[in-house]
Amino acid sequence: MAEPVLSVKDFTVEFWVDGVWYPAAVDMNFDVEAGKVTAIVGESGSGKSTTAMGIMNLLASNARTQGSVKIKGEEMIGAPASLLRKFRGKEVAYIFQEPMTALNPVYTIGFQIVETLRNHFDIGPKEARIRAIELLSMVEIPDPEKSFEKYPHQLSGGQRQRAMIAQALACDPALLVADEPTTALDVTVQAEILDLMRGLKTRLNSAILLITHAMGVVADMADDILVMKDGKVVEAGSADAIFNRPSHPYTQELLAAVPKLGHSAKRTLEFATLTKPAPVLTLENVTIEYPKRGRIPAFTAVKNFNLEIFPGEIVGLVGESGSGKTTVGRASIGLLPIKEGKLTMAGTDISHATQKELSKIRRHTGIVFQDPASSLNPRLPIGESIGEPIFLAGVAKNQELNHMVEDLLDQVELPRSYRNRYPHELSGGQRQRVGIARALALTPDLLIADEPTSALDVSVQARFLDLFQGIQEKLKFACLFISHDLAVVDILSHRVAVMQDGLLVEEGDRDAILKNPQMEYTRKLIEAVPVPDPAEQALRRAARLSKKN
Amino acid sequence: MALFKRKNVELASADASENAIANKETEGLSQRQIVVKRFLHHKVAVASVFVLVTLTLFVYTALDFKLGPWKIHGWWKYKIEDIPELRTADCAGGNVGCPTWSLRPKFLGGAGIGFGEHPFGQDDIGRDYFALVMKGAQRSIMVMFIVGIVGGTLGTIIGAIAGFFRGTVDAVLMRFTDFVITIPSIIIGSVIGFHFGNLGATFLALYLGLFSWTGLSRLVRGEFLKLRELEFVDAARVAGASNRRIIFKHILPNAVGVIIVTVTLLMSGAILLETALSYIGFGVVAPDVSLGLLISQYQDSFTSRPYLFWYPGFFIIAIALSVNFIGDGLRDAFDPRQRRRLTLKDRRVGRAEKKAVE
Repeated sequence: MAEPVLSVKDFTVEFWVDGVWYPAAVDMNFDVEAGKVTAIVGESGSGKSTTAMGIMNLLASNARTQGSVKIKGEEMIGAPASLLRKFRGKEVAYIFQEPMTALNPVYTIGFQIVETLRNHFDIGPKEARIRAIELLSMVEIPDPEKSFEKYPHQLSGGQRQRAMIAQALACDPALLVADEPTTALDVTVQAEILDLMRGLKTRLNSAILLITHAMGVVADMADDILVMKDGKVVEAGSADAIFNRPSHPYTQELLAAVPKLGHSAKRTLEFATLTKPAPVLTLENVTIEYPKRGRIPAFTAVKNFNLEIFPGEIVGLVGESGSGKTTVGRASIGLLPIKEGKLTMAGTDISHATQKELSKIRRHTGIVFQDPASSLNPRLPIGESIGEPIFLAGVAKNQELNHMVEDLLDQVELPRSYRNRYPHELSGGQRQRVGIARALALTPDLLIADEPTSALDVSVQARFLDLFQGIQEKLKFACLFISHDLAVVDILSHRVAVMQDGLLVEEGDRDAILKNPQMEYTRKLIEAVPVPDPAEQALRRAARLSKKN
Repeated sequence: MALFKRKNVELASADASENAIANKETEGLSQRQIVVKRFLHHKVAVASVFVLVTLTLFVYTALDFKLGPWKIHGWWKYKIEDIPELRTADCAGGNVGCPTWSLRPKFLGGAGIGFGEHPFGQDDIGRDYFALVMKGAQRSIMVMFIVGIVGGTLGTIIGAIAGFFRGTVDAVLMRFTDFVITIPSIIIGSVIGFHFGNLGATFLALYLGLFSWTGLSRLVRGEFLKLRELEFVDAARVAGASNRRIIFKHILPNAVGVIIVTVTLLMSGAILLETALSYIGFGVVAPDVSLGLLISQYQDSFTSRPYLFWYPGFFIIAIALSVNFIGDGLRDAFDPRQRRRLTLKDRRVGRAEKKAVE
């Protein structure tokens, strides 16, 4: 058997915080062979990224590493900086999650690839350029000659990720470390990038260490899997074994928490058989425009959009980034003005409402935001954030307000004592629950949920969705649930609307849309979703690729 | 929903462990407590707070002090108006009015540890220089605080309004700010001092404050532009909060780090500006006293009686330095990206532990 490219033995990473060493990864043991993909999966804080960075000693200054990391037989732990520098980029290349921040915005992507090449090889600028363009065409960037001269901001997210992969591949690395390479991308783009990586693996015969939390991506790519939790590997094995015969309870739990498209129970509305009540929210031919600013021309984000939401109904709004779904959500509660069309909220026309009129309807609406880190004021205790809508509406004060806040905390299953805590003391999932409590403070008729789960881990997401569904069934508010994750929408919604480039593509009953889509775009979207089952995913991939060719 | 029936117990612990290590340092603390904790780690800044507080108390209790109806008697025996007899004896080199303070105990042949009659010496006509320096330092500290309060308030309000409302309001306010910035502060100060210097140091400080808000307002504007896009501002708007409430309750507390840090640096700048103005004769004018004025009055005697230079100079440096260090410590404390660096001791302990492990 050939010697593995990467061999990790008893590898431990610890961080020095406030006088104590905290272990972030403990006793890691694994090998990665050439032409194979080893995936490390786990939730945030499990130490998977720390392990990846620790291999090349790229950790912060308050970290220390122990054990042994061998790359092509050379020991990396305690190696001199010059040796590490020689290995970084040449033998080990990294692909990061966010290509916008990993590429330097002031240099062209061509320059950045040439820089890597000339750092490691003794070649002239002209040869390097030729090689760089070759790399760019290898990662299937359209018009590589022209793209060579482009700056990162001139490329789309998927193209940026391709450019970064091209840079990583510049020196034919023996080991490619991909740290959440597709997390920031849309599903269709994600599918393309995964195809690309899969193709490169067989062509270049590199070893890939894939760090991710998405089980679907793992099912698509990995040969071997390590499951990490709290810095420890709880289970390791082949992809087939982990997915089909998970032995550790945590792995089983993790797999159970992944929402699966097309596997959720049918949801029916009470009024489905009766005559329909008046809609809570109606959008008629709504056009929303971001006005021109300076030399940037006006941008039409949403065009001729029609949607109705009835009481007690959850409508899922799906689409890729930039499709205008968040814009629709914000306009629906008057955070953005609409340019044309008619927007009716609980019987009131708010198409061109003034601030005063809006403040009246705001008592009937709530919104849950996407980013748990920025949706709560860091200087206010949780209780005050939740109580603010009640206080401002003049519903209750002092003692009575405190009681209402406590009730709301009970409702989202947070301890009452959290009233006096600050947002930074809570985890992402807890903060998102506080966001719900705040949105529900005035028992609204309409709730806008703007990607509330996209920043959460799968198990936290599962709990959140569970809770959300429970509350919705109890309080029976109407909800516009915006998400890019079709599986999540599948679980929650009664009806689904699909958006693309500011236009409504398709709208209808959940099962009709997700099981039997009429439009090409919807079909493409559904096919691109990776399924957390290696065998089924392989079939889906083959079907998708055969259609493409 | 069979898919979601599962034990929630273990998941709850997973929920809490997110970012666990990064949050270890700040566990269970409010924002303010975190800032205080970080500030206390900054040894120089803590020492500077101590120095500044001690100096201020020392300086203000030395002389008679009037604050409205209250009158505090100073512990120092001379006032600035007193003109005691010039000491001529026991001064080296035939000088008059030399300093009498001494740290050399009597049994070593010195004058003993103490202030003596005129610790900082006497000026040309015999006025007690210690009293004069105390008065001058009082002026400097007062100017510093008034400029800090006036400049800080103006800069915060103008920056907040410009950053929050953007558009035309922003353009008008920022062009006005640019206009004020283009005029050198020393020239503004000279004109103000020339016209209002005889009204006393308080007026001078107020006017200096009126022209020193520009840098702060630009920084606050930038901070507001950034913060107003965050989702909690939208959340407050949806909750029905007015613009005023959003500015003061939601955005301003989050910008307080920038404001405090800039204001402290503004204050140490104000001391130097006042000193410079007084030195060139446009700041505080006689019979009032200021540290800059004292230096300017006795610049001729630098070679013969350098102590007339040293003592005011020492107080200027001590106050300006400690305020600067406090600002430095506050900046570190408010910066969330600032992770505490490993100290030598930390490294030593870490190495020892590592050895023990091996």
